[in-house]
Amino acid sequence: MNPLQIVVCAGIVPDPLQTLEPATGPNGPGLKNEMVLPAVLDPWAACALYEAAALAAKFPGSKLWLVALGPKAKLQQIMMTVAQKVAFELVPIDGPIGGFPDSHSTAAALASAIETIPALDRAQLLVFGGWESASRGAGVTLQQIGERLGITDQFFGVDQIDVRPDGSFEVLERVEGGKHQVSVCAGSPAVLGWATGNLAEPRNNPQIGMSNMRTMMPALQRAKTAALEANSLEYVSVSLPKQQRTTRVEKNMTPDEIATELVGWIGKDS
Amino acid sequence: MESILVLTHADESGSALTKYSLEAVTAGVELAERLNAALTIGIVAADASSLASAIANAGTKLLCVSGLAFAQPRFASDAAACAYLCRAAEATIILAPHSARFARVMAAVAHRLGGCIDTHIAALTTHITAPAGADFTDVTRVEATRWFYRQRIEAVVTRTARPWFLLVDAGTHAAYAGEAGNAQVEEIAVELPALRTEVTGIRAPKQDEQTIRPDAKLLFVAGAGWTKKQPDGEVHVEKAGKLILGFLRGSGASLGSSKSLVDQGGEGNSVLPFLTHMNQVGQTGSTPRHAKGLSTCCHGEEPHVVGWRFIGERRAISLDANCGWTRGKADVVYIADAFQVMAKLNDRLQKAANSGQ
Repeated sequence: MNPLQIVVCAGIVPDPLQTLEPATGPNGPGLKNEMVLPAVLDPWAACALYEAAALAAKFPGSKLWLVALGPKAKLQQIMMTVAQKVAFELVPIDGPIGGFPDSHSTAAALASAIETIPALDRAQLLVFGGWESASRGAGVTLQQIGERLGITDQFFGVDQIDVRPDGSFEVLERVEGGKHQVSVCAGSPAVLGWATGNLAEPRNNPQIGMSNMRTMMPALQRAKTAALEANSLEYVSVSLPKQQRTTRVEKNMTPDEIATELVGWIGKDS
Repeated sequence: MESILVLTHADESGSALTKYSLEAVTAGVELAERLNAALTIGIVAADASSLASAIANAGTKLLCVSGLAFAQPRFASDAAACAYLCRAAEATIILAPHSARFARVMAAVAHRLGGCIDTHIAALTTHITAPAGADFTDVTRVEATRWFYRQRIEAVVTRTARPWFLLVDAGTHAAYAGEAGNAQVEEIAVELPALRTEVTGIRAPKQDEQTIRPDAKLLFVAGAGWTKKQPDGEVHVEKAGKLILGFLRGSGASLGSSKSLVDQGGEGNSVLPFLTHMNQVGQTGSTPRHAKGLSTCCHGEEPHVVGWRFIGERRAISLDANCGWTRGKADVVYIADAFQVMAKLNDRLQKAANSGQ
């Protein structure tokens, strides 16, 4: 079995615990105080990164790259943490942050960056990423990267991959109703958009961090800038949901009374 | 002048169109009426022409791609089928259900057609506007509503680029329910690329262990409180599991979970064995659509805001009278011990089932 060449595409998103507020700037909609909001590696893409690292470790000689688009300063900040998790080579692209830039342009920038990775064997390539981001949440970018790279086997909502000795692999994709579709692919190249997978977040390992940082800082300094075109995308409105409910708080009902009320509510047609 | 294509596909049995496909048909019929546009429906299935009778009276042109290669969802064959249907229809707007099958391929199809795509569409509206500098005709602009940042920010978008692909979220439109009839279907031949992937099956929990039910009226969300120490100073995970499963059996509800509860499974702690990441609602989980939702032992933004965005009526059982997340988000909050309430609730549901109500 040949070593694997895995490229993980991952964006950066605001920490899920942050309160978000839209704001319109000169380049269109964004988030208020976006550059100072604490950020994390996109959660599903992070799952893809951990799965990729675990897979690469099973096949000696395999290589792992992380391609990430975002403002250089923000990427550097996030990488201080992510670099301590697993070993990878960073391919940064200096570009806008957030979920509002057009996904097609984002895909084009990421695909171009992958094409320029030196010594990348496209026949052995597995492109990983989150099946949807926590910002745009469209599930478009990874598919279009695959199309641009000419990869005709793509899988989304992936929770598991088992690579066999002959290079073929079995993959489990989420489908409706809490089920998984099971497929067997002849082998790389392929695109896998990950859901949660099965791995816990690796613990920070300062030694891995030190090793990653040796190549990461020069890569960040060399990062090319990508201007993302709108592709005719126009935002008519961007707003927070306004619906606020009048909440009835019941502090003095007994479990019996609550159960009776809930049975009636469940049975009632809404 | 716009022209619309609705792409549909067969369900697992292959004998009918999926409910999500029929919802997309409704979206297409409504949009075509508003735009006074021609409507075409495309079907992808092993035997697509046999499925067309269900939409024969939609008053549209019907195209189909048939063959054994299209019996199962697979990127290479589905992307090719959809691309051929799009080219044959020459539509400017292409609607499709945001099903697992079409969400997997449609962005790639948009790329092949040189078009643009927006997904997770919650609503489609039209807006009459006069283009800048025009002094003669108004233009009806199509606008699509979708959510960003995991259902925290709502945006309305539009594009002038065509073809424009729009994946319509499940549950946003009624399923098309016209009378069945004889359909005239045009078969489109597809030249497939080499197929390197074989779909070998579906892996699903056993029937009585299936806790995710997209068509259920009620979503029951279990929070981490179920595994915390109770008033007697002990944890009662086994009892919690029995109460939750008992309720799911009695009510037919679908089970959702907070991230913190699902994550406990990876930390060596006792955790409810029937929960997986697929039950998770919120930031890294799903945002299901159900008529009603009942949350228990939940605290935080994930279950009450993000995961519940598309829940109609919402009630919560919590011991925390000061939980700020439920205020303004739930319709009713019961300040009570969920263990006691759910035991009583299950008794009542059991009695109702026994008496045939």
